Amino acid sequence: MYTQAMDIPDDSGKKLAAVSNATSEQEAAFEARIDADGRIEPQDWMPEAYRKTLVRQISQHAHSEIVGMLPEGNWISRAPSLKRKAILIAKVQDEGGHGLYLYSAAETLGTSRDQMLEGLHSGKAKYSSIFNYPTLNWADVGVIGWLVDGAAIMNQVPLCRCSYGPYARAMVRVCKEESFHQRQGYEALLVMMKGTDEQRAMVQDAVNRYWWKCLAMFGPPDADSPHSAQGMRWGIKRISNDDLRQKFIDATVPQAKVLGVTLPDPDLKWNEARGHYDYGQIDWAEFWNTVEGNGPCNKERLATRVKAHNDGQWVRDAAQAYARKQKERALKEAA
Amino acid sequence: MSTPIDYLLHLADNAVVLGQRNAEWCGHGPILEEDMALANVSLDLIGQARLLYQRAAELKGGDATEDKLAYFRGPHEFRNYTLLELPHHGALVGYAAADRDYATTIVRNFLYSALMVHVWDGLQQSADASLAAIAAKSLKETSYHLHHSRDWLVRMGDGTEESHARAQAAVNHLMPYTEEFWTTSPAEGAAVAAKIGIDVWALRPAWDALVNEALAEATLTRPNFHGYVTEGKIGLHSEHLSYLLGEMQGLARAHPGATW
Ligand SMILES: [Fe+2]
Ligand SMILES: [Fe+2]
Ligand SMILES: [Fe+2]
Repeated sequence: MYTQAMDIPDDSGKKLAAVSNATSEQEAAFEARIDADGRIEPQDWMPEAYRKTLVRQISQHAHSEIVGMLPEGNWISRAPSLKRKAILIAKVQDEGGHGLYLYSAAETLGTSRDQMLEGLHSGKAKYSSIFNYPTLNWADVGVIGWLVDGAAIMNQVPLCRCSYGPYARAMVRVCKEESFHQRQGYEALLVMMKGTDEQRAMVQDAVNRYWWKCLAMFGPPDADSPHSAQGMRWGIKRISNDDLRQKFIDATVPQAKVLGVTLPDPDLKWNEARGHYDYGQIDWAEFWNTVEGNGPCNKERLATRVKAHNDGQWVRDAAQAYARKQKERALKEAA
Repeated sequence: MSTPIDYLLHLADNAVVLGQRNAEWCGHGPILEEDMALANVSLDLIGQARLLYQRAAELKGGDATEDKLAYFRGPHEFRNYTLLELPHHGALVGYAAADRDYATTIVRNFLYSALMVHVWDGLQQSADASLAAIAAKSLKETSYHLHHSRDWLVRMGDGTEESHARAQAAVNHLMPYTEEFWTTSPAEGAAVAAKIGIDVWALRPAWDALVNEALAEATLTRPNFHGYVTEGKIGLHSEHLSYLLGEMQGLARAHPGATW
């Protein structure tokens, strides 16, 4: 699933001052490649700040995929038909797969998955705050597909042209699957909207709870977004938060009409002069409060990840112990 | 009177119940790769259940559908092996809570898939052509489930002291439930007579060989067992199934007649 704008600062990325251990030719080559819109590969020289920013961004994205498995996983056991159960399991499994590619992409920058997980589990690393809200009815699954995966696609499609090769390539595959999720979510909602009054009420309830949170997924307004300028320069970020948000709103309003749901914003209107929809005020205080760990489900989400990791320690230890024994046996045989 | 439909339901209920259990690990696995592997196993099992329920619904006729069969039958109508409905932990009453234990999950998947590779293999020759086709597809999937669970069984058994103890405890806990494989239910008898099903009893030596060999490689011992043989496949279940079905069926039953 998803990413929120990847410029939410976290404790690991506070000091991004470039360490100057490079020759001027290396720096010049890097800058030239960035200017030419070329790709940076793992073996290439890169400024330390670029590396750190990427590790932060890609690991935030990976953590988001993994934490994002939980709100939807909440409905697997209760899916109301076997077909929807299978679709949901496959979707949540895809998100796990996205986490895997992204951890691998970040590992090419010299940070191990264990180090990244340690960042998540200790609360230092962030993940998309959209997953700190509860999934309260079955329609939430469809709405997450439609709106959350939809917002993620808006955020991530530009990243397919990101300057860092492994990240850009991971994004190509991830985006394909996210669009599939988005269509599946929307299709599930269409079926519900053609169903009973209760089913329609479920969809509207889910839209009411998720709409504003999805708009916040694009990150703070451009005016307050500290990392954007450098990210743009480096080709890590291609389109500003506000522009992406607008693009998302403009694309989603007609879809909501077809679906027959009301988007919960009285200020949402077409503005002929701008050629865009105007929209109301996002509650940024609530957003930051949730990013900082005080939303409705932050503690549950994080504690669940930590518990799964800790409970699984003996399993990972067993695999390592067995592999070691096998190696020793092979060595003995060879001797 | 038993009909081949009851036999299809036995196979379908096995798949849906174990699929439901395996999916409980989604988001909670010991390592991301295992979350994905178990989701995969679960997806295969749900897929098998869907095809089997669809075939059963077709034979039943009327307004039967896969979802009516999965969501609108009670625990006493379910025909799965009791083994498959147990929670992922040691022996506790139905309303007890405990942490999930990956050894229990793995050992169960191993014991069941070690049977089902032979069952699906045999069912490829079923007189019911639809079932034969489902069997061919399921055999490929189940071979992977067997491979996955056997690998982990060996890693756990021959891993650390803790993993060995957990794997042995899971084997001790679950092995008695496999006795149910070898009793004959009316549904199985009718299906064998109609050449739609196969005689599971005849598979016992092959299953024993597979299990004994894996346990030996895992440095685990096989417990002796004399006592109650579970009867899930004739509808007499453990306390655990009604909880599992309550959770699985609740939303669908709250909206009878709704389409999803
Ligand atoms: Fe994803
Ligand atoms: Fe997704
Ligand atoms: Fe994503």
